[in-house]
Amino acid sequence: MDTREKDIEKLKDYKYGFTTDIENIKAPKGLNENVIKFISNIKKEPKWMLDFRLKAYERLKLLKEPNWQKPKYPKIDYQDLYYYSAPKSMKDKPKSLDELDPKLLETYKKLGIPLQEQARLNGIAVDAVFDSVSVATTFKGELTKHGIIFCSMSEAIQKHPDLVKKYLGTVIPVTDHFFATLNSAVFTDGSFVYIPEGVKCPMELSTYFRINASETGQFERTLIIADKGSYVSYLEGCTAPMRDENQLHAANVELIALDDAEIKYSTVQNWYPGDENGKGGIYNFVTKRGLCKGNNSKISWTQVETGSAITWKYPSCILKGDNSIGEFYSIAITNNHQKADTGTKMIHLGKNTKSKIISKGISAGYSDMTYRGLVDINSKAKNSSNYTQCDSLLMGNKCGAHTVPYIKNKNFDSNIAHEATTSKISEEQLHYCQQRGLNPEEAVGLIVNGFCKEVLQQLPMEFAVEAQKLVGISLEGSVG
Amino acid sequence: MNEQLQSDFDKFVKTSKFSREEIQFKKNYLNNFIKKGFPNRKQEDWKFLDISQIIKKNISNLSYFNDYSQSNKIDPSIFVDGLEHNKIIFINGRIEKIDFNFEEQNKIEIIDETKKNISFDYENSLIDLNSAFTDKVFKILIKKNYSLKKPLIIYHSTDDKIKSTNINLRLDFELGENSCLKIIDYFANNTAKNFINIFYNFNLEKDSILKNYKIDKFINNNLKYSFNNIEQGNNSVSETFILSAGSDYFKNEINCNLNGEYSSAFINGIFSLKENQQHEIRTTINHLVENTKSYQLIKSVLGKNSKSAYQGRIFVNSKAQKTDGYQLSKAILLDETSEFNAKPELEIYADDVKCSHGSASGSLDENSIFYLMSRGLNYQQSKELLINGFLMDVVEKITDVEIKNLITNIIGLKQ
Repeated sequence: MDTREKDIEKLKDYKYGFTTDIENIKAPKGLNENVIKFISNIKKEPKWMLDFRLKAYERLKLLKEPNWQKPKYPKIDYQDLYYYSAPKSMKDKPKSLDELDPKLLETYKKLGIPLQEQARLNGIAVDAVFDSVSVATTFKGELTKHGIIFCSMSEAIQKHPDLVKKYLGTVIPVTDHFFATLNSAVFTDGSFVYIPEGVKCPMELSTYFRINASETGQFERTLIIADKGSYVSYLEGCTAPMRDENQLHAANVELIALDDAEIKYSTVQNWYPGDENGKGGIYNFVTKRGLCKGNNSKISWTQVETGSAITWKYPSCILKGDNSIGEFYSIAITNNHQKADTGTKMIHLGKNTKSKIISKGISAGYSDMTYRGLVDINSKAKNSSNYTQCDSLLMGNKCGAHTVPYIKNKNFDSNIAHEATTSKISEEQLHYCQQRGLNPEEAVGLIVNGFCKEVLQQLPMEFAVEAQKLVGISLEGSVG
Repeated sequence: MNEQLQSDFDKFVKTSKFSREEIQFKKNYLNNFIKKGFPNRKQEDWKFLDISQIIKKNISNLSYFNDYSQSNKIDPSIFVDGLEHNKIIFINGRIEKIDFNFEEQNKIEIIDETKKNISFDYENSLIDLNSAFTDKVFKILIKKNYSLKKPLIIYHSTDDKIKSTNINLRLDFELGENSCLKIIDYFANNTAKNFINIFYNFNLEKDSILKNYKIDKFINNNLKYSFNNIEQGNNSVSETFILSAGSDYFKNEINCNLNGEYSSAFINGIFSLKENQQHEIRTTINHLVENTKSYQLIKSVLGKNSKSAYQGRIFVNSKAQKTDGYQLSKAILLDETSEFNAKPELEIYADDVKCSHGSASGSLDENSIFYLMSRGLNYQQSKELLINGFLMDVVEKITDVEIKNLITNIIGLKQ
């Protein structure tokens, strides 16, 4: 063994030694006050944070799990879950790419994800991890220069308690619906972003570059605050398929835009959807809500949802400030036995508020897709307007596509327009593409990408290219 | 409420001449209703306008007892002029007259069906209430290949003898092969507050045509609920027109099952609401086989403190390829206190379909008003002209010319 190898051995030893300590820390199964105290304690949280959690837990006891959604799922036993466990140690993780599921590797290849990144996504090569850590640090320097705070939620609770205290739970209160309240009680970590007054964030912020983000938590909590006149674009998730042991994901995301601020939040979700027969897969029950608190503020949601066995979420905007704008762009693709019930809520409270909803749903195989949305124009929201367009594309006659919009107009100065269509890919279109030398799958990919174009355009450049490929891949095997 | 239901039911049974079997049959429905109670906003279909609250607010002590043993006097002033027609007259919920004078008598059969079970799935407690308290249920059978020469007008009228009463009535219609029936439901102006619960069941055989026009125009304080269940065979056509303008509360619900190939359903509606009125139309169109078609157009003009709701649902079964479904709802809000709610819903399990819906709401277009005023009309006239055009669009969809003219006159629209 030469010295270099010895050094690496040492490094590994150190790593193992370091992680075994954490590994022993695991909250007992079940949900009760002690578990919540345990979580709070291990994260060395201040008392107000613990009170916040306990208040949520008190409320949770009174709440019932909702069941109005279209995709039904077997009952979840909340006492049979672990609410806290330390991140996995290097020992449990695959040592090289060869150990991974070949199917996963194939998808990586198709998406064009570089080897290093593939490794990082699965937490393999030490080098790669180090590499990205250093990349992340460079980014951090740049952000600090502008006074931007971008860190994990736990860190924010320690270092910026005033901000967290002031804004946490103001958009999604602890008294909200079942899953949001559950999250408030037991959330473990997530991202925290604060953009100071007048600052335009110089880069796209992404969970990918945040240190400690290699494990997506089961109960994530994200809080983004854009102070007066600031701008931020935030990316969540990535196009690469994510395997995760946790079946239930109930994250909370809160966005707050003050006067003249703008937040752009993009999501690409490609979690494990279960196998071809609909076995396994992740339940993605996420609560995302943005508050346009100040005048002239803007919040824009863009989502590409291709993964998860069940996706059940409605990223919403509360347009409180006058002249504020809410936007929602969505592509949801379901294949095999996947189910999605997704859409948005636009609640107009301020004057001259505007909202726009573009939703594209594609269902194939045996899947089921529902667009459910609410547009509510309050009686005080003078001169407001909304435009909604939701299109569905069906592939095959075993799948379903549903549209359930709720429209409430209580203001006579305001306009609401809603359009929805459902169709399939016509034989003529397919024939035309195939005649020009594309194989059926490529042809479908091309047509579907055209169908989704309006939404894909909203994604940041680097993301858009990958997302476009992802759209094609998600529909593999659905033609013919 | 339950004790009153029970005692009113006993009173009702005592004054009527039901057989023991019939009483038992009705009792089952009563128990169902007691179990479920009036629908409320917790139920998805009643989200926008909660009938249990509306009844509580408007009628302080609703009585379910209605004496059907004595006949009522028919007031001929309610009859529609200028159109020859057959009549069915309901006064205070009692059938006073069934008159098919203009038709060949052997082509129409009237059958007593009081005992017959309802043959479709429903989750609606108001149908239980209806079945428990209806007096006589008649089925009107139109025989094969017969088209009625004149339309049938069903008069719904109440007099001062009853108030704060729940009136339930039901009619069944069966249209034989290649037959045709036009029905106008005509609601007279009554002022006493009653809760009227109407249930029609239609069965359309192959190639038959049904046209149903519901006219609730004259201002009255009644609360009404009307449910139409329409079963359609091959190549049959149903056309429903609803003018919803008179009552304090009116909910029209239509459930249409397109069971036969090439069958089609058309639903057109107008809400023209003033002070404190709350109206709703809810439609469910079930496309169950191939090559069926549905078309819906609903327009609202909403005045002070009024509220309208439209819930339209198009369901397409996985077998129902080549379905064509269309839905459009538009609303003009005239006052800052008016409110429009819509829930146009698509539920689709087949891929080779053309389904779309649209919904738009807002105030009158200022530019159009400006244009008309610059041509010499005053503000009021321009507004009226625009509303006239907006509603005329729906009336134009009526396929029967005679009835179209009648309805245009009743609404007071200009051609």
